[in-house]
Order: sequence, then C-alpha cells, then structure tokens
Amino acid sequence: MNIPKELLYTRDHEWVQETGDRVRIGITDFAQDALGDIVFINLPEEGDGVRMGESFADVESVKAVSDIYSPVSGRVAAVNADLLDSPEQINADPYGAWMIEVADITDRGELLDAAAYEKLCGEEG
Amino acid sequence: MRDQKLQKLIFEKSREGRGCSLLPACDVPAALPDQALLRQAPPRLPQVAEIDISRHYTEMQKRTHGVNDGFYPLGSCTMKYNPKLGEEMAALPGFAGVHPLQPAGTAQGCLELLCRAEQVLAEITGMDAMTFQPAAGAHGEYLGLLLIKAYHQARGDRARNKIIVPDAAHGTNPATATMNGMQTVNIPSNEQGCVDLDKLRAAVGPDTAGLMLTNPNTLGLFDENIAEITRIVHEAGGLNYYDGANLNAIMGIARPGDMGFDVIHLNLHKSFATPHGGGGPGSGAVGCKALLAPFLPLDRPVQQGEAYGFEDPVQSIGRIKAFYGNFLVVVKALSYVLTLGAEGIREAACNAVLNANYLKNQINDLYEVAFDGICMHEFVLSLAELKKRTGVSAKDVAKALLDYDIHPPTMYFPLIVEEALMFEPTETEPREMLDYAAQVLREIHAQAFSDPAPLLNAPLTTPVARPDEVLAARSPRLTFEF
Repeated sequence: MNIPKELLYTRDHEWVQETGDRVRIGITDFAQDALGDIVFINLPEEGDGVRMGESFADVESVKAVSDIYSPVSGRVAAVNADLLDSPEQINADPYGAWMIEVADITDRGELLDAAAYEKLCGEEG
Repeated sequence: MRDQKLQKLIFEKSREGRGCSLLPACDVPAALPDQALLRQAPPRLPQVAEIDISRHYTEMQKRTHGVNDGFYPLGSCTMKYNPKLGEEMAALPGFAGVHPLQPAGTAQGCLELLCRAEQVLAEITGMDAMTFQPAAGAHGEYLGLLLIKAYHQARGDRARNKIIVPDAAHGTNPATATMNGMQTVNIPSNEQGCVDLDKLRAAVGPDTAGLMLTNPNTLGLFDENIAEITRIVHEAGGLNYYDGANLNAIMGIARPGDMGFDVIHLNLHKSFATPHGGGGPGSGAVGCKALLAPFLPLDRPVQQGEAYGFEDPVQSIGRIKAFYGNFLVVVKALSYVLTLGAEGIREAACNAVLNANYLKNQINDLYEVAFDGICMHEFVLSLAELKKRTGVSAKDVAKALLDYDIHPPTMYFPLIVEEALMFEPTETEPREMLDYAAQVLREIHAQAFSDPAPLLNAPLTTPVARPDEVLAARSPRLTFEF
C-alpha cells in the first residue's frame, strides 16, 4: 500500500496536496484498489463551487459507483480533464492522477497525516 | 472452430433470399403510410430459414443459465420459479390477441383483469390505488417520485427537492431522484445495519420531498423502527416511498401501507413470479395512498357500473408509457396471486425467509455474515477475511459457483459491506438444492485454503469465463457492424 509521507488524507480515502494557496485532491492507492478497475469519472467544471464534506465528483468502477468528497470549501481552479478520457490513470498512478485543484478556500476539514492514515487503512482493510 | 460456430450472430447466419413464413397472410386491405414517413431503403434484417432461427435460440439457451437450469440465488432479484400456469393464462387468445386501440367495450375481460389485479395487489400492500403502466422497477420508482413531486407542487410547496436515501439503498434510488431533478441526501446506517434515527432526524426539514426505503433492507434485515422512520418524515412534511424489491419477505404478513408508506412500486417480475433476467418483460406496478391517486397516469382502468372503462385522474402527471403497460405480465401476476390465495402468499414469504436462514446457517461457521441475527429473505456475506488470508475474492467465489451450475449471487452490493456476496434462495428451492449449494460453498472455501489457483481462473466449464469488464463498460459494441 503506497501512502506518500508528504500528502494529507481524509477518512474517505481522498489525498490532499497543498500547493501555495491551492489544494489538489485525488483518491488514494487504498481507494483505487478497493474500487477495482475504474471505467468512468464525472468531474466538476472550472469555476464551480465545492463544499466541505460534499461530493464533487463520482467514479464508476466495474464494481460500483462512488462519490468523491471534498475536504475543503472553495472554488474549482483547475480540473484534470485527461481523466475523463482515461480514468484508468487513477488505478495506474493514484497520486499522479489528481482530480481538481481548489482555490479561494473558506473552510477545511480535519485531515490525517500519512501515519494516521496508514493506521486507518489497517483498521479498515 | 468449435468456438467460432457458437459465436455466430444471427446477422452472420443471414443469406440473401433465404426466409420463412412465420407471419400469417394479411387478411385486411393494405394501408400505406404517408409517403414522407416511408424509409428509403429496406431495413437490413437477417434473412434466415425457420430452422436457423430455431437453432439460433436453442444455441443461446444452452449457453446461458436461467431459473429453469438450476439454483439462481441472485440477491435482491427474487429469481423464483415462474409457474407454467401463468404462461398458459397469458397465452389465452382473449389476452394475447387484444389490441390496445380496440374499443374498451370489446376488451371488457382485459379491463376487469386490470381492476382485479389492482384490487388484490392494493390489498397485499395496503395501498388505495395502483397503476400498471411502468415497464419495470426503476420506471416505477421514477413514476413514484413524479407523484410525490406533483403532490408537493399542487400544494404550492416548491421548496421540497431533497430525497433521503439510506446508504444501503439500491443504486436506482439516488438515480431516480436525480432523474426527477431532485437532490439525494445519503444517510449512513447504524451499527445494526438499519436506519440511524438521529441521522434521519437531522436530515429532514422544509426541503425534504421524501424518503426512499426498502424494508427489509438490502442487508436482508427488517427495520424494526419503521413506524418511527415514516413518522419522522411525515412530520417534516415529506412523503415515504417504498422500494418493493424486497416485498417477497413480507407479503401476506406486513403491509407497506401500514408501515406509513405513501407510494410503492412492485416488481411483478420478482415477487409475483413472472419471468425476468433476460426474459421478461418486467412490470413496475405503482401503488399509492388516496392522497396521491389524483396524480396517477392517464387511462386508469375502472369499473363503471356494470361495465369497465378508462378514467383520467384529475391532476394526472400524464402518460408514462404507451397504453397500459406490459399487460400480459399483469395477467401472469394475477394468476399467481389467485393460485396461491391469501394463505399461499403468506406461506411463500415464510418459506423465502426460512430458506434464506437455512442456507445461511449451513455456511456461517465458515463464511462471515455481514450482520448477525435472523435474516429475512436474503443475507449478505463478507469475504474480506477470506480475501485477506487466501487472495480469493468475492468475485472469484462467484465465478467458481458457475462451474457447479449455480448462478452467482449478487456481488459487491450493498456497498457498505466489503467483498459482499448477497444470497436470495427464494421459497421455490427444495431443501436438497440448498444442501447442495451449501456443500459447494464449503468445498470452494476449503479449496481457497488448499489450492486457490484454479479459483482465480474459474469458471473452467462455461462458454465464456472472464470477459474484459473494463472494455465492456468503456467500449461496448452493441450493434452488428455490416
């Protein structure tokens, strides 16, 4: 299980990377492994608002459709539109396949460091 | 070579000029449609002889597994046996030959049948009125929420656009809310696998249009707080929708109408023993309490004095399907209810619950059951531990069952159970079949520990083993390329 030290994590298995005044969000290695092969993704558009704890995207794997939750409130500043055509990147490289960047952050939820997240994964799986 | 023969499509078997005369000669004067509506070129239909058609379908039948072939414990789908009597009734010329455009006065028997079916199914479910227009379950859900929406709007209550759905719900529930332009509010289940009352109380408000729930739920558990759940929603001004997918566990015993539900759909093709799963078609009959009846679809069959006719409800949402739904399915369903009678319907539900508990108790020493206690008509196993210890997943076990002529149970659902396998044996399986299935599951479990490799490649005996699911989802080829 790959859990990079420099990232932060949510209890719903999203990873968060702080880049200046923005954050990048994707899903973890644990999440992609649990979902199985991902075949579709729905992403928001640039300029859309996202709210902490609410779904901003959904991914469909061969097993199920799952919501992806935002750990912050703010505005979508960039979208990794490549994923729309090749969602399998999320399975191949979960930490490279970021989904959105959020700016103008007004609110943020509790995030876990790598050690705490690793412990959570141990309990769940 | 052997494989190639099996995989030929009917289009590939077509030969120019070949044909057969399955249709009778036309016995009415020909009437040509408007010139503008005529197509420029004839459709490219397969040209085959009767023997080709007959062999084609027999071949396909051999390559599949239906309820007539063996055990089919597909959870939440109620794959019970479909009695031959239903087919006989549906084949009666008065039913099979009726045309939807013929005058009501010449189809009195058909209208009477629809009215009687409405009556008995309303009695079983505790509803006041029913329509048979929806073609299947999801279509029924769509209509059910249309009725709820129409009800709120007719009262000028336009702020209600949220549908509360527990996280154990069928995927169609949130999809239905979205299709109706409403928002889904997902609430987590409590530790017993049922609705968390505090979370529900926190979720309801002036924007609540309604709640969608199945009871027993997808974990096979009857929610004992059901009266309180529907009361919370009603007090907030919302309505309660009953997803009838799991009615088989309680029919003849408990009624959604008495639990506080305002609108329901039934899958006649599940609970009332009409064919589905590649057969069908389905029928997603929708029942409602009197407060929603004015919004039901147009052309409601009703008794008018001595005769039967159609009536348009005053605030009808309009039409949801051409004509009157899948009529012959209703014929089969009514035939089922009348054959079983009140006692028989109740007995079917009891045996469905007994069979599920019997099978569960034959294997629960080896396999982990997701939630403890007596289940209803189905139960969910979690194979997370098996996968961790042996590498054999829920999917591998499901695939391995195929080699034993058992249709896989529902996999990876409900989503809140890891490595889920959901078994619904139904009441029509004899004890020997349940014993056989338990034995097979025990063998597979033993093999997972002794020699898991073959399980990872199972099935070994079917025409198709492990199709590429990603390719099937992303680039399906659904039409023949000439």
